[in-house]
Amino acid sequence: MRIGIVCPYSWDVPGGVQFHIRDLAEYFIGLGHEVSVLAPADDDTPLPPYVVSAGRAVPVPYNGSVARLNFGFLSAARVRRWLHEGRFDVIHIHEPTSPSLGLLACWAAQGPIVATFHTSNPRSRAMIAAYAILQAALEKISARVAVSEYARRTLVEHLGGDAVVIPNGVDVDFFARAEPRPEWQSEEARSSVEGGGGRRAGGTIGFIGRIDEPRKGLPVLMRALPAILAARPHTRLLVAGRGDEKEAVEGLPAELRSRVEFLGMISDEEKARFLRSVDLYVAPNTGGESFGIILVEAMSAGAPVLASDLDAFAQVLDQGKAGELFTNEDADALAEAAVRLLADPGRRAELRERGSTHVRRFDWSTVGADILSVYETVTAGAAAVATDERATGLRARLGLARD
Amino acid sequence: MTPTLIWILVALVAVGLYLSWTAGRLDRLHARIDAARAALDAQLLRRASVTQELATSGVLDPAASIVLYEAAHAARQAEEDQREVAESELSQALRAVFAEVQQVEEVREAPGGEETARELTEAVRRVPMARRFHNDAVGAARRLREHRKVRWFRLAGHAPFPMSFEMDDEPPAALADRSA
Repeated sequence: MRIGIVCPYSWDVPGGVQFHIRDLAEYFIGLGHEVSVLAPADDDTPLPPYVVSAGRAVPVPYNGSVARLNFGFLSAARVRRWLHEGRFDVIHIHEPTSPSLGLLACWAAQGPIVATFHTSNPRSRAMIAAYAILQAALEKISARVAVSEYARRTLVEHLGGDAVVIPNGVDVDFFARAEPRPEWQSEEARSSVEGGGGRRAGGTIGFIGRIDEPRKGLPVLMRALPAILAARPHTRLLVAGRGDEKEAVEGLPAELRSRVEFLGMISDEEKARFLRSVDLYVAPNTGGESFGIILVEAMSAGAPVLASDLDAFAQVLDQGKAGELFTNEDADALAEAAVRLLADPGRRAELRERGSTHVRRFDWSTVGADILSVYETVTAGAAAVATDERATGLRARLGLARD
Repeated sequence: MTPTLIWILVALVAVGLYLSWTAGRLDRLHARIDAARAALDAQLLRRASVTQELATSGVLDPAASIVLYEAAHAARQAEEDQREVAESELSQALRAVFAEVQQVEEVREAPGGEETARELTEAVRRVPMARRFHNDAVGAARRLREHRKVRWFRLAGHAPFPMSFEMDDEPPAALADRSA
């Protein structure tokens, strides 16, 4: 099958959607399909052979922050050329509502179009204003995919219609086979002597995410830390992610600051080893999550998970069966649950066990097959993707369009 | 006098273009519904065929075989207005037979059973998918057709009002379990 994938965000900037598209493309190439990814990228960025650059994304203020988007005459022309040269059986557009390549591709193409909705942002003012334009473009999508039941619900509420839920994929074995790193493990885990207890009790708690992004929830974890350390003084908190480290520990009493270790940005391999090493992974995110891929990664690596009870997280954790949930933004509840889990190796082993069974449904072998099912459903009996001549409107209708 | 006339003319042309664009949109939606309906038909037929194959293969016990054969046969032969009911009954029959994981294991162990089990799993996953895509297209076309401009100017022409396909398509638990 010839598959065209449209990525709305810059390939140069690492992000969840970009990683998802990279893994998806590589999975399909591995199965012998022909894949081309159209993505915004700087001209001097080295790109994998399957990525076609749609030009540099321009930073513009959009929806309350500065977003790097592709639009305008040149980008539209590149999209049309890519569609024309690719002769795809199906195109898969990610985030079709962002005013970037996704929307442009939607306008320019006809034929089997699959779209994945990643975010579940509350409806923005811009989207209401552009509703009529958006609706006309979104009507062309033959199959909509939402990454979680929560994302599907917001999609149905805001845009109408329906979508199938296919979660984001993770290479489970990559995480499951990673080698733990002794300096990230607790003493008990290193010597594999279970138990502990008493005043010497400790354990390592892991957190991955932007330090200076409050929605990732590090401040909540910092508020809970004194109580955790009071109960288990040898606990260490390991934080991986970008941001201002000094600012992050400001609210913490000076004598406790040494219990927090910052690792900075870590690579994929290090992330897997990190998750294999910690005794407890905490995801205190306060909102803005539509899926929670990090929880799936943590479960793949066999880390017991404690997460805030966001809708998306509750779903990934099977309503609390595959990992524990605490009341969102409640530092006391987080501290109580963390202390209880660190003191109970039996419960952690149980979570580890359940997590690694539960997580199989997020493996690429399952998720990729489901996405391929969607492709096959929409291409059955339909013509291949082509540039939509009706989209040029006036010229075509008056017979003035050039070939 | 002439400028007014020109403005009226411009306005008329603009309205005409807008209506023509809307008619194009509607046309595209109807084409999408046709494609989605064809895909749904194909998936339903595939599911009924695999079920029938399984029922006549002798892998299952006689009672289960008869139940599945009856349901699959009825689903394939149903008249258009009976189809939703017949396909729902096939879903129920499949759920009754494949309620336990052991039953699926039994099919897998038979010669060629691995293949059949995979085909059936795929079919029961794809029917709800195809149905959702179909009903999504129907919903979009309905919303547009209920709009004043479409009703007043009869932009939909003689195309029949699109109907969604309503059925019970819940897959059997033993086949839908993704964690295995």
